[in-house]
This record gives sequence, structure tokens and C-alpha cells, in this order.
Amino acid sequence: MTGLTGFPILSTITFLPALGALGIILFYKKEWTDLIKWTALGTSVVTFAVSLYLPLTFDMADPGLQWVEKTVWIERFGISYYMGVDGISLLLVLLTTFMTIICVLASWREINTKLKGYMALFLLTETFSLGIFMAMDLFLFYVFWEAVLIPMVFIIGIWGGVRKFYSAIKFFIFTFVGSLFMLLGVLAIYFYHGKVTGVYTFDSTILLLSPVAPAVQFWVFIAFFLGFAVKVPMFPLHTWLPDAHTDAPTAGSIVLAAVLLKLGTYAFVRFTLPMLPNASMAFAPLMIGISIFAIIYGALVTIAQKDIKKLIAYSSVSHMGFVMLGIFVFNIEGLKGSVMQMLNHGISTGALFLLVGMIYERTHTRMIGDYTGLFKELPVYGVFFLIVVLSSMGMPTTNGFIGELFVLIGAFKAHWVYAVFVAFGVLLGAVYLLWLFQRVFLGNFHYAGGHGLKDLGLREIIETAPLIILIFWIGLYPKPFLNVMDASLTRLVKQVETNYRKGNGEAVSPQASLDAAVVERKVE
Amino acid sequence: MPAGLNINLYAVMPEILVTALALLVLILDFFIRKNKAALGWVSIVGLLCILPVAAYTNEPYPVFGGTVVADSFSAFFNVIFIIAAIFTILISMDYLKKIGVDRGEYYHIILFATVGMMVMGAANDLINVYVGLELMALSFYILVAYRVTSSRSVEGALKYFVLGALSSGILLYGMSFAYGAAGSTNFMEIAGELGKGDNTFLTLGIILMAVGFGFKIAAVPFHLWAPDVYEGAPTPVTALLSVGSKAAAFAAFLRVFTAAFPAFQADWSSMLWLVSAATMIFGAVVAISQKNIVRMLAYSSIAHAGIIMIGLLVFNDTGLSGVAYYLLVYAFMNMGAFTIVALFRNKGKFENIDEYRGLASTRPLLAFLMALFLLSLAGIPPTGGFAAKFFVLSAAIDAKYYWLASIGVVSTAISLFFYAKVIFYMYMRDPEVGAETAPSSGVIYNIVLFCTATGTVLLGVYPAPFIDMAIKAVRPLLM
Repeated sequence: MTGLTGFPILSTITFLPALGALGIILFYKKEWTDLIKWTALGTSVVTFAVSLYLPLTFDMADPGLQWVEKTVWIERFGISYYMGVDGISLLLVLLTTFMTIICVLASWREINTKLKGYMALFLLTETFSLGIFMAMDLFLFYVFWEAVLIPMVFIIGIWGGVRKFYSAIKFFIFTFVGSLFMLLGVLAIYFYHGKVTGVYTFDSTILLLSPVAPAVQFWVFIAFFLGFAVKVPMFPLHTWLPDAHTDAPTAGSIVLAAVLLKLGTYAFVRFTLPMLPNASMAFAPLMIGISIFAIIYGALVTIAQKDIKKLIAYSSVSHMGFVMLGIFVFNIEGLKGSVMQMLNHGISTGALFLLVGMIYERTHTRMIGDYTGLFKELPVYGVFFLIVVLSSMGMPTTNGFIGELFVLIGAFKAHWVYAVFVAFGVLLGAVYLLWLFQRVFLGNFHYAGGHGLKDLGLREIIETAPLIILIFWIGLYPKPFLNVMDASLTRLVKQVETNYRKGNGEAVSPQASLDAAVVERKVE
Repeated sequence: MPAGLNINLYAVMPEILVTALALLVLILDFFIRKNKAALGWVSIVGLLCILPVAAYTNEPYPVFGGTVVADSFSAFFNVIFIIAAIFTILISMDYLKKIGVDRGEYYHIILFATVGMMVMGAANDLINVYVGLELMALSFYILVAYRVTSSRSVEGALKYFVLGALSSGILLYGMSFAYGAAGSTNFMEIAGELGKGDNTFLTLGIILMAVGFGFKIAAVPFHLWAPDVYEGAPTPVTALLSVGSKAAAFAAFLRVFTAAFPAFQADWSSMLWLVSAATMIFGAVVAISQKNIVRMLAYSSIAHAGIIMIGLLVFNDTGLSGVAYYLLVYAFMNMGAFTIVALFRNKGKFENIDEYRGLASTRPLLAFLMALFLLSLAGIPPTGGFAAKFFVLSAAIDAKYYWLASIGVVSTAISLFFYAKVIFYMYMRDPEVGAETAPSSGVIYNIVLFCTATGTVLLGVYPAPFIDMAIKAVRPLLM
């Protein structure tokens, strides 16, 4: 139970970026801009390299947590420093370490002021995000969950666009308020569990074993919902997102889309489903309704946008609707699709923001209509953009297709009506994305600044290419990705079932109970 | 109980030593003519020597005829008082030169105020509570008026004096009812008399005493003095007022209500529920519109008082130790924030929040520390402020006070707005052209800031030993 066993690989990955950030803050002078950039890049590359150790040693057959680290932190409250990664979080961890490199590269030329603080804050964001994906103790989870706000708020507020002040504080307050209610929910579970079982602990794997009564679950679900749904963001709590995206610097938008939006959906999968199965089941129609509404509403609003960045931001609302839908249809296909879509959305939308940042750097405008027919002038850029657009709308052979397909299957299994809506949403996605492409890239070239826009340089190709490769890799050969999450998601579904019956007061066969518990034992 | 007088000087050694120190400084004041800051150094060295004595004094039985009890509870609070006094004196030395009233009596008045607080923490008898409270309050009346050249200061002092005297009167009135009903001023004897016969007068006494304490901790609706007094007083005094005076009032509040009136817990809890909820919401909401940084911090301290009260009224070990822990954290984070305010505030400059704009580019380290303290006050992990709020809120959930916990959460959420505003001004606005540059911090300020920042972070990252201390501290209250 106590003490670390083996090399703390997860903590190493988590805190490497923070170490880099600390080094930059303490030892570098403001003027050493190149050195700061290279150090930040080096730190993120090393972190990614170390995190590659995880997929290489990952045991696909083991549905439980791997590389577990656990040590007592605050004994009195049953709080421990408990980190672990399983098939659900592994891909998200890799996504985070990978996208941070892209973010650092994307900021290479864009950020000229206060570079030192900027890079340090970015690396801190990485540390806290990784912490969220790895933390298995609810208290620890909460600490990372709140802490990640701070660097992000500063990134938007200091290096942001026109209305940075407004957007930053809106983002801050929305997410902070939601999280506070989540804290109340966490405390309610903690005390309820403590009173029933006599074990006071924030250890999520122990809390899972005996779910709280459905009546309590109801309120805790609402509390969790407020915390998680703001981050997703789910309609109607999404209004901070377009502002934050529009005013954030390019890399800020990328990390927001690729990593921070995943925190909410990840938390739904990780904590809400298995801990509150009865409430989740009871709320499922509502959640599905909201998700479908978000898919359609998000898409319609997206169509109306004039600012490309805002357009992509609203498309996120629609895309995250798919993810949420996949979670609440309660079957393995839906869940697989959700986790897959989290990854895909991170890659595709991240790539879109990256590409928009590139054109903004050249033209200093993001308004549709300020330039048309770019394809002729910037062919490489145009091809990249086309691929990403196709991936984002779920074209077969790209990653988006795989995720949406699984969500669609999951939705169909739950009810055919859901599937109709999902299909409609996919269609609308094609509309706004292709229309965007048509308006910006096709037709005759027009730009107020005249000809002479430079096509992508080497650095820009290097930072985009890996995303393109991933898009096709997942699109053509998704098997390794699906295999990674398979065992863990299967166990999750079983856990939800078992806990659902336990919550209903039904007798649970010892075998089923054992199945859910056996993995926990192994961990300890 | 008062079978034997049980005179035990060890039990009151911390109080005796601080009094002796105050007298020593008083005498030295006659001999040190020029450099009055030397008196400050004497006080600090003295307090540092007394600190371990205060921390380790633990005589869990009432002494002096049951009027004083020097248990782990009073030891815990004594440490808070002494630490707060040390920080205050450290930042005062420079501040007094700045405002041009570098006089010696300042230091021993602070020491006497500290003695008053310590007496309140160790009191086991209504009379002692009152004596301690008055000693503290009288010292503060003088200290608040210390910027004699400023009409703000005098106005604040007058308000504090009039309202303070009134609230003391109400407190004393309440005590007299309690005495009349129970026939004793000793907490245990009052507790023993409870429930026998008619309790009307005792109830009246409890209400009036709650009013008296509510005034000292600046709870709504007895908070009106706080913004004016905080703004008018010399900033170090404001710091001590918001940290030390509040902690002392809470210490006495806790002791009186848990030791003397446990049988009425259900009644006073529901009364304090309302006060706490109103205080949390009102303090946070009004703080939003404040332009002056000290007034903003004043309303923030009102909101904090409301949250701390949750710990008292839920009346379980988690809640009471949460109060103790909260006040410890508060001593560090609030003291830190006020230290920076004291450093900047000078002759009408750096009064308003928008004067902090661009601080991050002119004074990056100070801006960072200010941000740290404000984030801690807002309760963002991994700072001490978060651990403290977590502690108190978990007590509320444990005792099934879900609505109160929710109100606490809403208040915290609102308060983020005004704390973040200062941070945003510092980091996201450029300094005004031609504006006076913020002064740099000297060695002494750096020491204080280093200590308070370390405390703020340590209490958040590694709270376990301190939580244990807080739990040990309140154990006598629950016996």
C-alpha cells in the first residue's frame, strides 16, 4: 500500500516539464530568447520521449492500472499521492506530451514578448494536465484539476488577442465555479463511503468498490456534472469556449482544444460512470439529449461564423457532443468511439488551430472573405488544410471516420433515433468545414495585401507533418489504438454494470464482484 | 471546581514573558532616543525566544481557580498570535519611518495587544475573556489612530473606538446574563448549570455574546467598521487587526461556545448558520465593487470570517480543527498580502487596485508573490488557502450542512473575481506611462515575504503535520 515500488516513471513524466519551467524561470535571463525556446522544446521532446516508454511496456491484456505509484500524503483524510495509467488514459497522456511539442513549435515566431514566462507556463500546463490524467486519488485529481487553470488563464490573459482580459476572466470563473461544486461532490462521496464502510479515503479505486446509494448519487452527479461539463464544454455551459479560443494565442488554442477539453470527458468516463452508475443511467436520456442538441446547435452556430478561429471553436462544441453521446449510450462501442474521438478531436482540431495560426501570422486577419483562393498561392498549406478538414469531418481513411463510426454504432445500438441525429450532425460538420474550405481556398485569389504570401516553411511543415501522419495512421490502421483501450474499457463496462446492480440493492454474484475487484487487488 | 486555587505559573508563562517583554521595551524607550527601530528588534528577538515556550506550554488542567487553561488549544493560538506580531513589527519599522511617526510606544502597544490576544485564547472564565479582549481592543484603538496626520486614520480610530466600546458593552451585558442564569463565570460551571430550570436569560446571554464576538471577527451585520478602520489604520496594524485580532476573537468564540454552551449547540448553530451565510455572501459581493485595495481586502476578510464560522457551527472535530487550521493559514497568506500593500502604500499612492497595473513588468517577484497570496486567499490548490477551505467545507459536508457548504462555495467563486482582478491588473495590463514605479522591497520585507510565502505554500503542499497539530489543538474543546 505505502511506498513507491520501482522507478516512478509516471511522476517523472509529469514533473519533467515543471522542472524545465523552473529552470527557465530561475536561471535564464529575459534576453536569452533562443535559449529559452530551445530549452522548452528540449524539455517537451524529452518528456515525450520518456512517455514513449509507456506504450512500449504497456501490457494490453491488463485492464487495470499500470506503473502505479502510491504513497500516503495526508493520512488524516485518507489522501494519497496515487498515480496510475490504464488503457483509457494512456492515449491521452501521449496526446498531451505530443501536442506540447507542437505548441512550443507553434509559438516559435508568434510570441515575442515575455517569452520566459510564456514557455514556463506552457510547460506547467503540461505538468498539470498529465497529473489529471494520471491521478487516481480524487483529492490529488482535484488539485491538478484546479491548478491547470492558472497557467492557462495567464496564457490567454497575457499573450491573448483583443479581448484577452474579458476572455481570461470568463474562462477562469466558469471553470472555477464548476470545479468547486465538483469538490462538494467529491466530499459527499468521501463521507458517505466512510460512514457506510468505515474506510475514509479519496482513493478512487477503493471508492469504486462500493458505490453510494442512488439518492446520494443523484446529487453527486449534479455536482460532478457542473465540474466536468464546464470543461467539456457541454451546452449550455460552453459560452466561455469561443471567447477563450478566439483570444488565446495559437498554441493556447491548440492546448485548450487538444488537452483541456479532454479533461472533462475523461473525468466523465473515469469517475462519473463507474462511481455513479445509477445516477448516470437515470440522467442518460437528459445527457444524450443535451449532447445531440450540442451536436446540432454547435454545427449550426459554426456555419454562421465569420472568424475562422471562432468557427473552429464552435465546431468543438459540436465535436465534443459526439464524445459525450458516446459515453452516455452505455455500450462498449460508444465508449470506444468516445475515447477515440477525444484523441481525434485533439489531433484534428489542434491541427486546425495550428494552421489558422499560420495564416494569421502572415495576414493578421482571420476573417473569412479577407482572403480567397489561397490554394493557388499556398499549395502546400492548402493540401495540409484540406487533409485536416477532411479528417475533422470524418472522411473515411482519416482518423475522424473511425471515431465517428464507433459513436454511430454505439448510438444505433442504444436507439436508432440517436443514430439519425448523429448522422445529421456528421452531415452538418461536412457542410461547415467544406464551405469554410471553399470560401478560403477555392475560387480566384484575392487578398488585400496582394500576392507574395509565403507558403509554409520548413519549421511549419515539421510541426504539421506528424499530425498529418497520425490522421492517416489512425484512419488506416486504428487497431493498435483500439487494442490499447480495449481491456480497460471492457472492464469499465463490467464495473458500471456491477455497480449499477449494487446501487439498486440487487445481489451481485460473487464472480462479478470479484471481476471488478480482482484488478484492484493486483494493483495493491 | 474552585476547591483549590491551583497557582501554576508555568501555565501562564507565555503571557508573563510577553508582558515582561512589553515592559522592557517600555523602559528601553526612555533610553533609546534616536533609533526607535531598535525597540522593534528587541521585541522581535524577545518574541522569537518566547515562541518555543508558547508552543510547548501544555498544562491541560484549569489553573488559578479554574479561570485559565493553558492547553494545546491556547498553545496553538499563541503561536499564531506571536507569529503575526513578529511579522507586524518587522514591516512596521520601515513603515513608521515612511509615515513620519517613528515613536517607541508603538512596539510595546503591539506587545500588549498580543498579550490581550493570548489571554483570550487561554481564558476559561468570562471575566478573563473580557479582560483579554479589552486589553487587545484598547491597544488597537491607539494603534489604528497612529497616523495622526491623516484624517482617515483618526476617523477610522474614532469609529473603531465607538463601535468597539459598544460591542464590548454588549458582550459584557451578555456575560452578565450568563452569570445571572448560571451563577458563575466559569465555563465548566456554566455548562454544568445548563438545562436546569428556565434558560431564557442564558439564551439572551448567548445571543448578546455572539453579537460581541461577531463584531470582533467582523461578521455581517456587525462588520461596518471593518473597511473604514482597515483603510485608515497604518497598514501593518491593519494586518495585525485582520489576522491577530480575528484569530483571538475566534479563539475565545470557540472556547466560550464549546466549553460553556455545548448543550445549546443546536440553537446557536442555527443562529450562526444565518450569520455565516450572510457574511460569506455579503463580504464577497461587496468586495467586487471596491476600488481601494485595502477595502477590498477588508471585505475579503469579512467573507473569510463567514467561511471560518462554518467550522465553528458544525461543531465536530473536523470543523473545529478546521477553524484552527484556517486561522493559521490565514495568518500567513493575509499577512503576506498586507506586507506587499504596506510596502507600496505611501502618501496616497498605491491606494487603488488599478495602480497595481503592470506590476509584473516592473517588480516581477513582488507581483508573483502577491499573486500567490491572492490565489491562496481565493482557495486555489496547491496553496494553503485551498487546504484550509477544503478542511472547513469537508466538515460541513460531514455534518450534512450541504446548503451552507454550497453557499461557501458560491462565496468562494465570487471572491475569485476580485482576487483575480488584482492579478490581472498586475500581469495583463501595461504600466501607466509616467506612473511612479513601485518601490523595491528591502531585506526586511524580503524576509517577511519569504516566510509568509513559504508558509502559504507549505501549508498547502505538505499539510499533514499541521493538520495533526490543529486536531490536537481542539481536542480539549471536545472533551
